[in-house]
Amino acid sequence: MSDIFLLIALPYTALIVMLVGSVYVYGTQAYKVTSLSTQFLESRDLFFGGLFMHWGIVALFFGHLIAFLFPASVIAWNGNPVRLIILEAAALIFGISFFVGVVILIFRRLRNKRLHRATTDMDIAVFVVLLTQAVTGIWIALTYRWGSAWFASVLTPYIRSLFLMNPVLAAVSAMPLIIKIHISTAFLLIGMIPFSRFMHFLVFPVKYFWRPFQVVMWNRDRKLMRNSTAMTPEVKSRNN
Amino acid sequence: MDVRSQIAMVFHLDKCIGCHTCSIACKNIWTDRKGAEYMWWNNVETKPGTGYPNKWEDQSVYKGGWTKSDNELRLKGMDRKSTMANIFHNPHMPVMDDYYEPWTYDYANLFEAPAGDDQPTARPISLVTGEPIDIKTGPNWDDDLGGSPDYARQDVNMHDLTPAEKEAMFQLERMTMFYLPRICNHCLNAACVAACPSGAIYKRGEDGIVLINQNKCRSWRMCVSACPYKKSYYNWNNGKSEKCLLCYPRLETGQAPACMHTCVGRIRYLGVLLYDADRIKEIASCNEKDLVAKQMEIYLDPFDEQVRQAARKNGVAESTLESARKSPVWKFVKEWGIALLLHPEYRTLPNLFYVPPLLPAIADTSTGSYETTCASLWGGIESSRVPMQYMANLFTAGDTEKIREVLKKLMAVRIHRRGVTVGDLHEDECKQAFAETGLTADVADAIFRLTSLPKFGERFVIPAAHREEATELLENTADIKGNTGFGTLNTPQRI
Repeated sequence: MSDIFLLIALPYTALIVMLVGSVYVYGTQAYKVTSLSTQFLESRDLFFGGLFMHWGIVALFFGHLIAFLFPASVIAWNGNPVRLIILEAAALIFGISFFVGVVILIFRRLRNKRLHRATTDMDIAVFVVLLTQAVTGIWIALTYRWGSAWFASVLTPYIRSLFLMNPVLAAVSAMPLIIKIHISTAFLLIGMIPFSRFMHFLVFPVKYFWRPFQVVMWNRDRKLMRNSTAMTPEVKSRNN
Repeated sequence: MDVRSQIAMVFHLDKCIGCHTCSIACKNIWTDRKGAEYMWWNNVETKPGTGYPNKWEDQSVYKGGWTKSDNELRLKGMDRKSTMANIFHNPHMPVMDDYYEPWTYDYANLFEAPAGDDQPTARPISLVTGEPIDIKTGPNWDDDLGGSPDYARQDVNMHDLTPAEKEAMFQLERMTMFYLPRICNHCLNAACVAACPSGAIYKRGEDGIVLINQNKCRSWRMCVSACPYKKSYYNWNNGKSEKCLLCYPRLETGQAPACMHTCVGRIRYLGVLLYDADRIKEIASCNEKDLVAKQMEIYLDPFDEQVRQAARKNGVAESTLESARKSPVWKFVKEWGIALLLHPEYRTLPNLFYVPPLLPAIADTSTGSYETTCASLWGGIESSRVPMQYMANLFTAGDTEKIREVLKKLMAVRIHRRGVTVGDLHEDECKQAFAETGLTADVADAIFRLTSLPKFGERFVIPAAHREEATELLENTADIKGNTGFGTLNTPQRI
């Protein structure tokens, strides 16, 4: 029963909330979409905490994504034990980096009085979720070895079945509780996106790579201004 | 030629009395909010001094503005790739302690303190944490050379001065200072616009005001470090950057910006300049020694019919062209050539010009009396208490010849007016002053009039915003027969 809640109901709710909520927030409350940086209030600890945490989570996110999208390639890579160990060690290092980062950031928030004022209840929830993921993730890596190998055979089919609207719990319900917690907290994180600073994942400014440096906006379009009939051909003016 | 119009400004530093009324007017309207208490979109600094935020001119720390390397114009701080790599932590960003921690006082305690042996006091309370603080620094902590060892002596602009010159600036009898009011420069080649990863900052085409779209700002905070003038501020409360918006709601309704309207010394002028947008890149990336002269070249003559034609083709309104002809900024900057830019070497092509101050000359005490009159024609400039190199570092990227030329013109106006009003100067002296500076009596009188006796309408020539034309983008108003005037909501039905 709890499996059905944690591994089916929660994921679907989270995904729907994330999709609908993000579109809604972006469309109607764009002002709220920000990464809420606190570097202005405290910079030195953020350097260590922010960098460890962000680079850790970026690497882990793409690691999990690759394991889900290309399970066969990951299994093939792991065919050689040396490569398996390299992959696992790298993942663990990023996991520890993420954990250390989160811990530094939590202590940073606790220590600095200015930051208390910039911390909302949602920020606390964000830290709880991140810390849970870091702790359970490292725990799984250490106690249930070779995750990169079993992820492809156990979790990939489960997640794929979620997306195919035909959830199959057979393999995943046999998993230990700690793994189930890791999975469901991951979906909780996804569900929190529209309501928290996590929104900044979705607005990462990739466009900066190619946009022109200078941005000029016109209130009156110089080309269209004196030829308004061309803008709306066939449409009679509204005031008649 | 891509002619656009820009609202530009001139601040006449000789007239600034350092009263900070501009700062207060701005603060009351725009930044009296949570998270914005520390911001002073308009601030007045004492020079020599380190300014606000502390040592903002030290680009070896903050890496603001542009730089020319390998013959190419680059952001001094970070290019596109390293912006992305440093997005989790901006290494050049000033923090709150570089500005100051804003505070109020516990006034309630003065009334509500229980009876006791001591007078109740109003302790300073931090506006960030809400707890009592010991104030370490504040805005204008260095006002009027206060705390000179910590502030004035740390001034970044003294880098090319000889040790003797540096020392002389702080000897009691040679000590001097002037005020430097600063707002956003609404640059033509703005570094904040270029550095914003989200593309939230933009320049308005019609009047050149640089604004931050608050709905698009994602608090990547690259603008804060990229602006060499540190005029983009980060609001720690709502996670958005904010900056001077040149009071555009006031400008659009024909009123002068609050800081300019309230200016007690009437030092501020505002008007339209036409510029050639095609040349921005070329001029911003020219050689350092040509920077000052080149930046003046970008502004186009509003009396030139060719320029006017090109402007009309670009959609610049006729009323804007008329404002450009009456612009006091055009007169100060191009017609008379007595206004300069603050730190042109940052290559952002700023639009806030300064008429440099004529400072008191070094006094002669050798005769036993305190004597400040100068025997020679330009003595007042040559023996100015502030070394010419210091002024040059501020206004002409280190070119002392250029600043001397401007100061001579200002002095020539004084010599001429003294001749007119007091009449104790020899006529030849006046003629020589005119000959050396290229001024004439008429021009000198015009400079004097606009400097000393300008009316409100002469100081601020604000072009119409033409919101009615903006409406034409949304609906047809007068292009075809029968589409003007009030209509009816329902079509009358004929039975």
